[in-house]
Amino acid sequence: MDKVNCYHCGDDCGKKPTEYDGKNFCCNGCKTVYDIFSTYDLSYYYDLQSSAGSTPNVVDGKYDFLGEASIIEKLLEFNEDKLQIVNLYIPHIHCSSCIWILENLNKLNAAISSSQVEFPKKTARIVFNPELLNLKELVILLARIGYEPYISLDDYDKGVKKVNRSLIYKLGVAGFAFGNVMFLSFPEYFEVDEFWLDQYKDVFRWLMFAFSLPVVFYAGQDYLVSAYKGLRSKILNIDVPIALGILALFIRSTLEITFDLGTGFFDSLTGLIFFLLIGRFFQQKTYSYLSFERDYKSYFPIAITRINGDNDEETVQVYDIKRGDRLLIRNEELIPVDGILINGRAQIDYSFVTGESEPVFKESGDKIYAGGKQMNDAIEMDVLKTVSQSYLTQLWSNTVFREDKSSKFQTLTDSIGKRFTWAVLTIAFVATAFWLYYDSSKAMNVFTAVLIIACPCAIALAAPFTLGNMLRIFGRKKFYLKDTQTIEQLAQIDTAIFDKTGTITTTQKSSATYQGMRLSFEEESLLKNTLRASNHPLSRTLYDLLAEHNIVPLDEYQEHLGEGLEGKKDDAHIKVGSADFVGNLLDANPQNTSVHISSNNIYKGRFVFHNHYREGVASVFKEMDETLDLAILSGDNEGEKTRLEEILPKLTPMYFNQRPNDKLDFIKSLQEQDKKVLMVGDGLNDAGALAQSNVGIAISENVNVFSPACDGILDASKFEQLLKYIMASKKAIKIIKLSFLLSFLYNVIGLYFAVTGQLEPVIAAILMPLSSISVVGFTTLATNLLGKKLI
Amino acid sequence: MSVIYVLLTISIIVAIIFFTAFIISVRSGQYDDSYTPSVRMLFEDELVKPTPTDKDSSAESIENKNKSIQLNKSQNL
Repeated sequence: MDKVNCYHCGDDCGKKPTEYDGKNFCCNGCKTVYDIFSTYDLSYYYDLQSSAGSTPNVVDGKYDFLGEASIIEKLLEFNEDKLQIVNLYIPHIHCSSCIWILENLNKLNAAISSSQVEFPKKTARIVFNPELLNLKELVILLARIGYEPYISLDDYDKGVKKVNRSLIYKLGVAGFAFGNVMFLSFPEYFEVDEFWLDQYKDVFRWLMFAFSLPVVFYAGQDYLVSAYKGLRSKILNIDVPIALGILALFIRSTLEITFDLGTGFFDSLTGLIFFLLIGRFFQQKTYSYLSFERDYKSYFPIAITRINGDNDEETVQVYDIKRGDRLLIRNEELIPVDGILINGRAQIDYSFVTGESEPVFKESGDKIYAGGKQMNDAIEMDVLKTVSQSYLTQLWSNTVFREDKSSKFQTLTDSIGKRFTWAVLTIAFVATAFWLYYDSSKAMNVFTAVLIIACPCAIALAAPFTLGNMLRIFGRKKFYLKDTQTIEQLAQIDTAIFDKTGTITTTQKSSATYQGMRLSFEEESLLKNTLRASNHPLSRTLYDLLAEHNIVPLDEYQEHLGEGLEGKKDDAHIKVGSADFVGNLLDANPQNTSVHISSNNIYKGRFVFHNHYREGVASVFKEMDETLDLAILSGDNEGEKTRLEEILPKLTPMYFNQRPNDKLDFIKSLQEQDKKVLMVGDGLNDAGALAQSNVGIAISENVNVFSPACDGILDASKFEQLLKYIMASKKAIKIIKLSFLLSFLYNVIGLYFAVTGQLEPVIAAILMPLSSISVVGFTTLATNLLGKKLI
Repeated sequence: MSVIYVLLTISIIVAIIFFTAFIISVRSGQYDDSYTPSVRMLFEDELVKPTPTDKDSSAESIENKNKSIQLNKSQNL
């Protein structure tokens, strides 16, 4: 049979597509969206990009909290009686159709006056009239057309974010001045004794001086400040020789033109700062739609329903929840605090926390922890702890989350900078001493010339360009890193720690083995047909795993929530579900998720579900084992231990039942033994370990879905490539070292001119850009070659 | 006064005009999102098509249509 794809979302329509208007749809939701779009002449949406939509999934009451004025106030960018502006994060934005439809929202509802999409950030800024359409209705409108915004505790009290554009300004100032100074200094390069040039050279020189002022004191201030800070804390970073060079250039040039000794080096000065800033700009590759700073707030809801006795429901802000409150958690809602289940059947998906997507069942009276998502009907719970004191969230009170990792790390450039500064200062003083003895009039000239020519522009550019380019290459290979420093850290890794669930196992596939009495063909057929009706994730998995059978309508079917299924056909009766439900009281292996089967009230056996390991886990670990120390750190029980031992290299240490804080401490203890630790994890429970480790990488099945704060996000499909990426980082460091060598060569040539006292402005003006450009060219070429080898 | 001063002044003024234009464009956020406008300009034509002919009546018809899609009514699908 031909596969029919949904006209709206592109999903497989299955066996029974919904037909409407001559088009096929996978479900009613998609059909409705199409209907809305065509009614409002918005079908151009489908011309731009076919099947761009997503199935709308509106849960009743999900956005009730948007009725609270105090909450609305915190979410809005601008708020007045007749005009409100809100900036919503819409994860589904992915193509030109999305931009078009979201910017034409005003056609759907006249209360919306304009909307603007910022595609890289996946946000839409919507201006609307709250008298005709309130925020809640707006959000529901978006959700109904398949563009459900994601609103979390993180948005609360965020207000308008200030964009830092200072680097662009600085780059603009430096570029502007550089261009003009080059023009103005050009005539003097030829050293012709021309009357008019001689007549007006003062004008030209003072103009250059004027242009260089904003460059030194505005565009270049970061280097001066950083060098000053470095010196004060007794660190010789790379900015020290740069700042020395800038100051030497500026002071010497100013003195030269004041006393009419020469033209000065304003061209080199402005050029130097311009090139340095370009390097900094290049290094600053950001993935604006990815966030590397997320904590639990990005996952948690803003508000939740509280029950105040007598069925009085009230929406309260999550921070206002107190011990003893009774909360109502609806389907698909996240549990924000620890508590005790009072009413209803909880079926909780802790995938945010542990990476395990199999829901956990809880009975009333059980303790439930914050971070889980209710997958069943509404439940009621009593609060035991407030948001910040819950089991999961208290992890964030650890100091690791307040420390800035980057401040502790000394980059390669900085460590070179230290030796470099000493070398330059030594050469400068030795040369000056020599000239003082030999020809004291030239001594000061030589001293400043050495500082100028040795200004490590090329060295300072080597790392930003190599690593910046590497960052882009990795990004194309679906390995997204927070900053360039992460690559340097990655190159030094000697220990790799992996989380188990969700990291080396996939959430998308699982396998099951059957243990017990053989099922007859009829029994299997009945089992498959019974499972067919259920939407429970385990039923779906098991259904897919069983062999194909004819579809037969059941005589009787019953689903007992949280317990299991019952099916009846003719005389055969089958029960599928938990051990208790099926009547097996002796569950031999409670550590693994299993589904028990009984036929006609005779216990048959059980399907034991196993984590399905990612493809290539065994080979990745085997290769890594040769160069790195490996370990598994899992929050789960030891159920999978034997299977892991088969897959992983012998004697790989494995630690189970690790709480979030234990993971963090484990990494810490490794670091105290001077290990450079790479942590690979995925869930919020790894957040502490990811923050503590030297490099924390989050594995993500879908990079648009949230992953905890980390240094890098690796697309799950590229898991096998992890070692190659680490190796590529090591090679990138080698490239930097080679380009250091190259720039030293230029420095030696320059120093020859400087030490012998023949440094002319024109030589500096040629040498400095030449060395910078050749270093940039070399690194770009080398990293691109390196990137080609990566898959 | 020599013509060179005039030329210098003109050249610097022109340069400063461009520089100011750059600063203004940065300030207005044009460099914040360098991707969306490139897509947006491709469907600008279709976007304005229905509006210019009869502004009033089309606005009214949109208003009418809105009544049918009033959210609170059709919310519980």
